[in-house]
Amino acid sequence: MKKVEAIIKPFKLDEVKEALSGLGVQGLTVSEIKGFGRQKGHTELYRGAEYVVDFLPKVKLEVIVTDEKLAEVVSAIENSAKTGRIGDGKIFVLPIEDVIRIRTGERGGDAI
Amino acid sequence: MRSKTFAAIAVALLASPAAAAESTIDKGDTAWILASSALVLFMTPGLALFYGGMTRQKNILSTLMHSIFMIGIISVQWAVIGYTLAFGSDIGSFVGGMDYFMLNGVGLGPSPIADNLPDLLFMMFQGMFAIITPALITGAFAERMRFVPFAVFSVLWATFVYDPICHWVWGGGWIGDLGALDFAGGTVVHISSGTAALAAAIVLGRRLGWPNEPMPPHNLPLTVLGAGILWFGWFGFNAGSALAADGLAASAFVTTHMAAAAATVTWGIAEHLQRGKASMLGAASGAVAGLVAITPAAGFVTVNGALVIGGIAGVLCYLAVSWKFKLGYDDSLDVVGVHGVGGSWGAIATGIFATTAVNPGGADGLLAGNPGLVWTQFISVVATMAYSFIVTLVLLKLVDATMGLRADQEDEIQGLDLSQHGERAYTS
Repeated sequence: MKKVEAIIKPFKLDEVKEALSGLGVQGLTVSEIKGFGRQKGHTELYRGAEYVVDFLPKVKLEVIVTDEKLAEVVSAIENSAKTGRIGDGKIFVLPIEDVIRIRTGERGGDAI
Repeated sequence: MRSKTFAAIAVALLASPAAAAESTIDKGDTAWILASSALVLFMTPGLALFYGGMTRQKNILSTLMHSIFMIGIISVQWAVIGYTLAFGSDIGSFVGGMDYFMLNGVGLGPSPIADNLPDLLFMMFQGMFAIITPALITGAFAERMRFVPFAVFSVLWATFVYDPICHWVWGGGWIGDLGALDFAGGTVVHISSGTAALAAAIVLGRRLGWPNEPMPPHNLPLTVLGAGILWFGWFGFNAGSALAADGLAASAFVTTHMAAAAATVTWGIAEHLQRGKASMLGAASGAVAGLVAITPAAGFVTVNGALVIGGIAGVLCYLAVSWKFKLGYDDSLDVVGVHGVGGSWGAIATGIFATTAVNPGGADGLLAGNPGLVWTQFISVVATMAYSFIVTLVLLKLVDATMGLRADQEDEIQGLDLSQHGERAYTS
């Protein structure tokens, strides 16, 4: 099992969610976050007072998948989150040791 | 138009009191000044929003309170002593006497100053100006002044600065006698408050963290709504200052609108040229700058004159709001840059653009062949600045020594809404 963590542009969230639903992904965790990468921040100006905003708003989504599904989930996120412009984000893949569904006690792939 | 004063007094002296009560009050004029008084009052809550949106969210209620509480305290002050200090019988061209103490004798009959209006109405119309003027200053010390000292200072300022200056210009004092023109309050309202703002910013000192820590406006839509209310109310301020529902009021109405419009455009252009983007805060600030600048000139200049006055005000005030970063005074919401500079430009511009073709009761300015008026206007500007700056400084030092002006560090960091008023604007 793997955890796929993707940091994407906020306005791309719906498209990514649709793409993952299409693959039969059953659950997804989303957080609103801030950060910077190569895109860097922007400058705001209020009556001559200049503020540099370093951290831009992004969305982080986390989804747990079986090893067999990993490739198609990653490419679905990659394709649906892509604009081709700087700041599209990143996808991280991490190993997962175990998953437990609290209600039933199922473990492993059955609990995803 | 305040220069009606002497004609009105002459008429009042000639007519018997009873006949005057019957005949001189004009229903149309009275209706318009009733409406104008309400319009001018509405500017103060408008100012509250204009300022409140520009503060950080922990200080918006305290900033709103500065304006709203001002309506309360200055209305009471005006009834008790303010009106008589401004419009009571002249003492040495400096201040009014105590004839109207507690509004004694101010009734339903014709006003001795504008006999087409009930005396009470003239008093109330003027009172609305007395309210908004100290409220303008509050932008300079927003986000760091304790509440009770603020209220005490405001009453003292109205009594020792606003009321005398109002008397100088409109109440039969020396600036009016000098022949300086101020249709609706360029010197009385904007220069007096803009200069007091500079004194307040210096005495109070910088907000913690300024200018290194970002302090962006927390809610610009409120600021824009406030600017819209100010623009709307300003028609009462300027066109109402004709003190009649006549052609001069219509002329002042149009000059007011056109100057605001021109300044909105030129502030935006200046920003776009210098920074590549025209901002909403800039457009709203430009509108207010244009309104400030046209205030002394509104009933003395042509529409074309108003377009030039407003257009220049937009650029001038845009440049002026940056001065504080170079000079190091923390005028939180740019009272000096907008009201001080815009008001001074407007007063001088009145000396340039005034023409008796618009208002025979006014005077000709530079472009109508009378350069002397620019000098007269200049004297009125400098005298108002000097008096307001010095007396404001003394009053602030006095209140500071007895009560302490500045919120302590912890209260300032927590925000004045919680530390001074025990409430928050945004509770969820």
